[in-house]
Amino acid sequence: MTVNWALVWESLGPLLSGAIFGTIPLALASFGLGLILALLVALMRLSRNRLVSAIARTYISIIRGTPLLVQLFVIFYGLPSVGITISPWPSAIIAFSLNVGGYAAEVIRAAILSVPKGQWEAGHTIGMSRRQTLVRIILPQAARVSVPPLSNTFISLVKDTSLASLILVTELFRQAQQVAAFSQEFMLLYLEAAVIYWVICLVLAGGQSALEKRLDRYVAH
Amino acid sequence: MSPTDSPQPDAAVPEDALLTVRGLRKAFGDHEVLKSIDLDVRRGEVVTLIGPSGSGKTTVLRCLNGLEVPDAGVAEFAGQLTVDFSTPMAKKQVYGLRDRSAMVFQHYNLFPHKTVLENVIEGPVQVQKRAKAEAIQEARDLLKRVGLAGKENSYPFELSGGQQQRVGIVRALALRPQLLLFDEPTSALDPELVGEVLTVIKELAEEGWTMVVVTHELAFARQVADEVIFMDGGVVVERGHPDIVLRDPREERTRQFVDRLLNPF
Repeated sequence: MTVNWALVWESLGPLLSGAIFGTIPLALASFGLGLILALLVALMRLSRNRLVSAIARTYISIIRGTPLLVQLFVIFYGLPSVGITISPWPSAIIAFSLNVGGYAAEVIRAAILSVPKGQWEAGHTIGMSRRQTLVRIILPQAARVSVPPLSNTFISLVKDTSLASLILVTELFRQAQQVAAFSQEFMLLYLEAAVIYWVICLVLAGGQSALEKRLDRYVAH
Repeated sequence: MSPTDSPQPDAAVPEDALLTVRGLRKAFGDHEVLKSIDLDVRRGEVVTLIGPSGSGKTTVLRCLNGLEVPDAGVAEFAGQLTVDFSTPMAKKQVYGLRDRSAMVFQHYNLFPHKTVLENVIEGPVQVQKRAKAEAIQEARDLLKRVGLAGKENSYPFELSGGQQQRVGIVRALALRPQLLLFDEPTSALDPELVGEVLTVIKELAEEGWTMVVVTHELAFARQVADEVIFMDGGVVVERGHPDIVLRDPREERTRQFVDRLLNPF
């Protein structure tokens, strides 16, 4: 098998542009919104109010219990039949954010619970309210614990954004599909796409190590 | 005075009382941890609580700091605040207790993600809204006084247990509380580090700080305490001057406990 290097070179432009203008911003926006949602859901889940906690549990259960592809299709292809039409990009961001929100909520909840109870009490004894203690004492410590599992979530998300190609979002994988259909070089184009995903994830893993190092400065080794 | 109607205390309240507690009760589920505890702490007085584990002494302390909400009883800070724990209001009023007291924990509970200095100024700056420069100056002075000058920028994990507990004490002092609460402050320490922490507490007592100390250090209680309270099974078994309670107790249970601590085998 000979490699068509000319095609690799030629297709690099569209694939990279799919990554830079599709995959990466899609992943960043969804992860950012998803994290905010996740923090909210985690706090709801930890609430003493049973109803609030039940709502959070149900949400997490639905998100984790249904395929991401189905969630994506319900939003993009399903909602128009009840009169709600959302274009591809917002549909993708909504679906991915909701998905991250469900998974990351459990990570954040576990991280909050991993901070010793004595830290809450120390916050209270210096006069802090629950909210102040949460923000200034508990969350910074929970953040450190949650970096590795949240990095996992982020890396999964980057790869999952390829599903957005199925609702017509122009991202890395859709670009690869189009060039492949045109050139009939399926193996080459899909492997090329795979390599680009891998490189993005390598960069993310590097970022994770740097962040862990930074947050570890107050921990004994 | 708080407008709360408090039940008439059934024991006379000393003139110079800072804190008066009557009929403190607390149960965890079916387990009654405190069965009607009375406590008087005068200004400048050191009260030590001793007793076997599970006797409720730590729970008393935690109630005084609002870390537990008792089921019944009345706590009164002289002329400032009366909390009747049997009312629904009490849950909000525990913040008033917190404002007036500060706790030093058995396991220090320093904030690991903050430096020593940040640990100390967190309450004064974030809660009491005092000027940061002033809080830092005060924190430096306090740290120097307990022998921790130069450790301001260390993180807790870089310190020994004794140093961490001294930071814990300074963190409490920086709040300028009326009452210091010590929950077994030396129980988690290696034996050779106990002395440095007890020395600091003793100096604070000599300076006139009012404090309630839960401890197993009978020698410390004998030297420093104005009153020793022996608790067992959620009740006060005996209270009085350390020379009496620790040397010549009236109650058999107190005698057994003291003997066991002095002659562990």
